[in-house]
Amino acid sequence: MRGTVPSVPLEPTASRAPADTLDAESRRWLDDLRGEGHLRDEAVARLHALLLRAARYEVSRRRRALAHLRGGDHDDLAQQAADDALVAVLRKLDDFRGESRFTTWAYKFALYEAAVKLRRRGWQERELPLEPESWSLLAAAGSSPSDHAADSELLVALQAAIADGLSAHQRDVLVAITLNGVPIDVLAERLNTTRGALYKTLHDARQKLRRRLAEDGFDIAGMGTGQP
Amino acid sequence: MSHRDDLIAALLGPDGPELTCEACFEELDRYVDLQLAGADAEAAVPGMGAHLAGCPACRDDHESLHEFVRVASS
Repeated sequence: MRGTVPSVPLEPTASRAPADTLDAESRRWLDDLRGEGHLRDEAVARLHALLLRAARYEVSRRRRALAHLRGGDHDDLAQQAADDALVAVLRKLDDFRGESRFTTWAYKFALYEAAVKLRRRGWQERELPLEPESWSLLAAAGSSPSDHAADSELLVALQAAIADGLSAHQRDVLVAITLNGVPIDVLAERLNTTRGALYKTLHDARQKLRRRLAEDGFDIAGMGTGQP
Repeated sequence: MSHRDDLIAALLGPDGPELTCEACFEELDRYVDLQLAGADAEAAVPGMGAHLAGCPACRDDHESLHEFVRVASS
């Protein structure tokens, strides 16, 4: 599924590279995984080893945030992520369009599975802060003696827009993700929805805030998250 | 950028069209391979940069794939 929030801008599918431009290694992976018998079994085992390496990398990258887990838990989690990624890759094999190397495409699933599991593990048994506990941060940020009056006015207007310009659901999602640092997939799981649906809610809330601030006379062009 | 600016930026999000999380995931491998090849990944996948700037989880996933593939390829 392709899409943007709100509407634009991917190039049409027709402009994309056809599968016959596959590099030799990617072609070999596809042939082997679509093969039969021993050849396929070997390819699946190689793929699992590849995915496990990626999952272990992700676990290692986040190890500091998971100090409460035992070493064995780390590897169990990596194994689970690699197993789930293997299922996803084999199920979606026909979706691979050859627009990247096969290994990059496959790694994506292992890293994603590991990241989601790790983010959820990190918030396990923690209550999600939906209330704006960072209001104080926002208020403090606006009350610094070094702040210009215009900046403080913007913060006051922003707080008012969040308080009375958003639906309760939009406010909860915005505050949890942007102010309280709740991972979007953790929030999606708790609210029994999808990451995509929550991001759409977040996007709509941000657009409402932008419109409200513009109506209030603030020049917010260029404000917000730029390009990384 | 000050903490106040960071908060405002996080609240307001990207100033322009951006991909959805689903489209971001679908395009992530192509985007990363293009980046690592030194190509103009943003031109090939418009809206990806804006989404990565506005979505912490997708940004995290991108950083991870970019770094892992970079190291694995070297």
